[in-house]
Amino acid sequence: MFDNFPLWPVRASTTAGSVDALYIFLVLLSAFMSVAIFIMITIFALRYRRRAGREAEQIDGSNVLEFTWSIVPLAIFMVIFVWGARIFFLERTPPRGAAEIYVVAKQWMWKLQHEEGQREINELHVPVGRDVRMIMTSQDVIHSFYVPAFRIKQDVIPGRYTTAWFRATRPGTYHLFCAEYCGTQHSGMIGQVVVMEPAQYQAWLTGGAASGSMAANGQSMFLQLGCNTCHRFDTQGRGPDLVGLFGNKVQLEDGRTIAADENYIRESILNPSAKLVSGFKPIMPVFQGLVSEEQLTALVAYVKSLTPQASGAAGSPSLISPGKQPQEPKE
Amino acid sequence: MSDSPAPLALEHTPGLQHHFADMEQQRNASSLGMWIFLGTEIMFFGGMFLAYLVYRMWYFNEFAAGSRTLNLPIGAVNTAVLICSSLTVALSVRAAQLGKRMLLVTLLVLTILFGLVFLGVKAYEWNEKFTEHHVPGYSFHFKQESTEKPVDQGRAQIFFSLYFAMTGMHALHMIIGVGIFGVITWMAWRGRFTPEYHTPVEIAGLYWHFVDIVWIYLFPLLYLIDRRPHG
Amino acid sequence: MATAVSIAAEREHYLNKEYGIRSWLLTTDHKRIALLYLASITFFFFIGGFFALLIRLELLTPAGDLVQADTYNKLFTMHGVIMVFFFLIPAVPAVLGNFLVPLMIGARDLAFPKINLLSWYCYIAGGILVLHAMLTGGLDTGWTFYTPFSTAFSNTAVVEAGLGVFINGFSSILTGLNFIVTIHRMRAPGLTWSRLPLFLWSHYATSVIMLLGTPVIAITLVLVVLERAFHLGIFDPTRGGDPLLFQHLFWFYSHPAVYIMILPSMGVVSEIVTCFSRKRVFGYYFVAMASIGIAVIGFFVWAHHMFVAGMSLYAALIFSILSYLVAVPSAIKVFNWTATLYKGSVSFSTPMLYAFGFIGLFTMGGLTGLFLAALGIDVHVTDTYFVVAHFHYIMVGGTVMGYLGGMHYWWPKISGRLYPESWGRLAALIVFLGFNLTFFPQFILGYLGMPRRYWQYPPEFQVLNVLSTAGSTILAVGYLLPMVYFLWSMRYGKLADDNPWNAAGLEWKTTSPPPTFNFEETPVVTWEAYNYNELPALEEVRVER
Repeated sequence: MFDNFPLWPVRASTTAGSVDALYIFLVLLSAFMSVAIFIMITIFALRYRRRAGREAEQIDGSNVLEFTWSIVPLAIFMVIFVWGARIFFLERTPPRGAAEIYVVAKQWMWKLQHEEGQREINELHVPVGRDVRMIMTSQDVIHSFYVPAFRIKQDVIPGRYTTAWFRATRPGTYHLFCAEYCGTQHSGMIGQVVVMEPAQYQAWLTGGAASGSMAANGQSMFLQLGCNTCHRFDTQGRGPDLVGLFGNKVQLEDGRTIAADENYIRESILNPSAKLVSGFKPIMPVFQGLVSEEQLTALVAYVKSLTPQASGAAGSPSLISPGKQPQEPKE
Repeated sequence: MSDSPAPLALEHTPGLQHHFADMEQQRNASSLGMWIFLGTEIMFFGGMFLAYLVYRMWYFNEFAAGSRTLNLPIGAVNTAVLICSSLTVALSVRAAQLGKRMLLVTLLVLTILFGLVFLGVKAYEWNEKFTEHHVPGYSFHFKQESTEKPVDQGRAQIFFSLYFAMTGMHALHMIIGVGIFGVITWMAWRGRFTPEYHTPVEIAGLYWHFVDIVWIYLFPLLYLIDRRPHG
Repeated sequence: MATAVSIAAEREHYLNKEYGIRSWLLTTDHKRIALLYLASITFFFFIGGFFALLIRLELLTPAGDLVQADTYNKLFTMHGVIMVFFFLIPAVPAVLGNFLVPLMIGARDLAFPKINLLSWYCYIAGGILVLHAMLTGGLDTGWTFYTPFSTAFSNTAVVEAGLGVFINGFSSILTGLNFIVTIHRMRAPGLTWSRLPLFLWSHYATSVIMLLGTPVIAITLVLVVLERAFHLGIFDPTRGGDPLLFQHLFWFYSHPAVYIMILPSMGVVSEIVTCFSRKRVFGYYFVAMASIGIAVIGFFVWAHHMFVAGMSLYAALIFSILSYLVAVPSAIKVFNWTATLYKGSVSFSTPMLYAFGFIGLFTMGGLTGLFLAALGIDVHVTDTYFVVAHFHYIMVGGTVMGYLGGMHYWWPKISGRLYPESWGRLAALIVFLGFNLTFFPQFILGYLGMPRRYWQYPPEFQVLNVLSTAGSTILAVGYLLPMVYFLWSMRYGKLADDNPWNAAGLEWKTTSPPPTFNFEETPVVTWEAYNYNELPALEEVRVER
């Protein structure tokens, strides 16, 4: 791929093909329109160039023409809009069961952690054919996670999680760029995404020295910070039972009902009283400034792992092996 | 200046500028100009009102708690002072229309005094904020009452940031207004205004009323968010 | 030549009425203020252009070798700030608009001459602050001032530069205010709205945006300055503030601002195309309403700059569809200009060459806008060189082409002299070629994925970058030429007639250069706009040169 003069970016994800298709359509449409207008201008300008003895014919305009060249472009635009929106919908809707990567960006590096616990810096290893969802936040300024070969980009914002997903289709090494200007070494905040065959990936995964899965790390944080004294796994705790929380609706004290997603869990750790669960007192201490972004992602991963099946019938906070088996690549 | 006056121009009408055809055109232009300028002012304050709206929805608890610490009686008195100043402005325009010079000057001086009282009270309030550590920054500390829901320090700072930004911008407009009225008073004292020509009084009045109205919105939005007894 | 000068000196006009520095710095004559603006925006244009050349030189090689990373960041930031706020926004309105709005409506001056002068001083004060910031620490936030980088992380003179842009904003507001009041209240007898030249319609639309948009960026920058200087925390994420709120407020102005930049140039093109095809504009009413349509819809598309910034899916859909709506009036204009040529009597004078260039480059810029409004593609190309190329096609290919075309078209009226026609055509050609060579490769770079604001880049992007840099040097020559021959013509150019193009419009019915109060007598308008049926083409104008 490191040719000197490429004219087309590599296609290495499932979305890349649909983005390219619309792009090619638009290139053809634009080329046709520009050429049509250039030819018209050239013909008119030459055919009606100024000559002695010939005067311009005064024409006021034509409503028929005006409406035609308003409505026809508008109709074409609407086609492009719907087409573009469908791709966007695809890009913004991660499939269920995607493997999750937690990304913490800072000036000027990418820190990535797999669910299985492997940490990487400025490098991301993923297998071919598996849906991968990234949950990203920033420690300082706004960054943007951009992999041109996958045609995905998502700003990474301090103070909240944003997500993006992809499924790689072709093994290889691809650029990872920071696309949102972030200071001195903005252009140095680059890395690579290494797409591997599933078997190789499995070998890579087991070869690395992972210190336990993210959820397991989160669990030890959970115990260390004493969260378990209130968030017990029965109904007796002073805090809400966290089993089965993620992905479900939560009834708040002020009457609202909201969905418990990663951002909700994040906020409830940092500022517990902001969205208080109905029936509980605002007694939880504030963890803003006490946990790092990495510790926070581990806690979030742990809370997400607490599904009724995972925690067992007795409701004890034991964990099954959190590493989902990589799927076989389709096709 | 011009060796070729436009046919309609009344060369020696006092107050008529050379490029206008007549007094009516000049007056219409001036008042349209001021109305448009006030439109831009609405957009200017609008940016802060939008920020206020967003954060008040998100962080109602902190906004309510912050609002309760503001000095309500003093804020109310200041509101009354400003409303009085609007009255004197309205009366001064009337005095100018009637050509009563001394009345006009008196009312303008009163307006300036009301404006200065408002600013003085505002300064006193800001000073209170310093002693209470309610000024955003490193020394910020919001001491909450035990009966309240826990207040997040960061979000409380956002309330006070908006409080200072909004009241500060309003005070800046008041200072400019007092300056403008100083000039208008001086012009009135010199007898520049007649029943036929007093556009400056009118458009300065428009400005003053606008600044007044901004405060009429700021007062409830900042001071009266949630004054119910709680517990 | 000596006799020519003495003839010009006989008649009193706005240039020779008074002499001396005071007569310029304290003038309230809209024409002199226009020239003050002309001198100052030219100064800023060449500073901004110099930065652009340095940027292109740095990007000649993949490694960051010409300047340090911090220096590079300051270069593109200052290039953006200067070009956007101190050149593109004031260029056409403050120079050509200031000069022509009163002339075109038959007024003796703008409604508020002193405020007009004040607007220039706001511009200069803002400019001095920004230049001072540039010399003492610089600015490295990008012209977009994104928080929290600008408020909490940048180590540069954000406060000073922010205040500079803030103060400069008032120059925009005051100019827009003057235009709207003048167009409403001071039209000559008989000059109804349906007889207004399209230049005035586009300036009216521009003024509306200036008045409603600029205050929002003003307060936003004030909040950034307060956050940085006094720790007010309105956009600070560590306190729960939302950096995206800043982006919404910023783009609420800065997107309509691109229409502030392009609409006046569209007005210029309408004047030129009609004059040099000797025709009434095709679909006058549609072109006029397209300007207003752009100004109105333009206020509701700002968030299309933020599709990947973390906004909701549905908000993105709405802003995408509105972005397509705003493209329709632009398309209408292009079709109408093209149709105006039909059965005209087209001459290829310099202003017309620039107008052709404008239509071609603006068309390409507009069409690539369709790519960016398509959500799925925007995700890939936003924040890459594709966006850079797109807005340079609109801003440089559109606005600057229109501005230069207008400068050539009205130069005889402004200076009373003719510029050398063959040099003019040569420069127009060089600008067009240099422009395309500079910016077309950037579309390809962008789709390949090269992010913008990169000081160093992977080696496979080099060939296209070299092409772009080569183009930029050609472009620089193309921009220097007109400055040289305009200056030359002020002394040595042929004296211009009152109406050297035999053009329609009130500005051509007074002398060149006009007297201080524009008209000997207030004109009374009894004709429609662009009454070229009553004005035969001047063959000798073309033959002579």
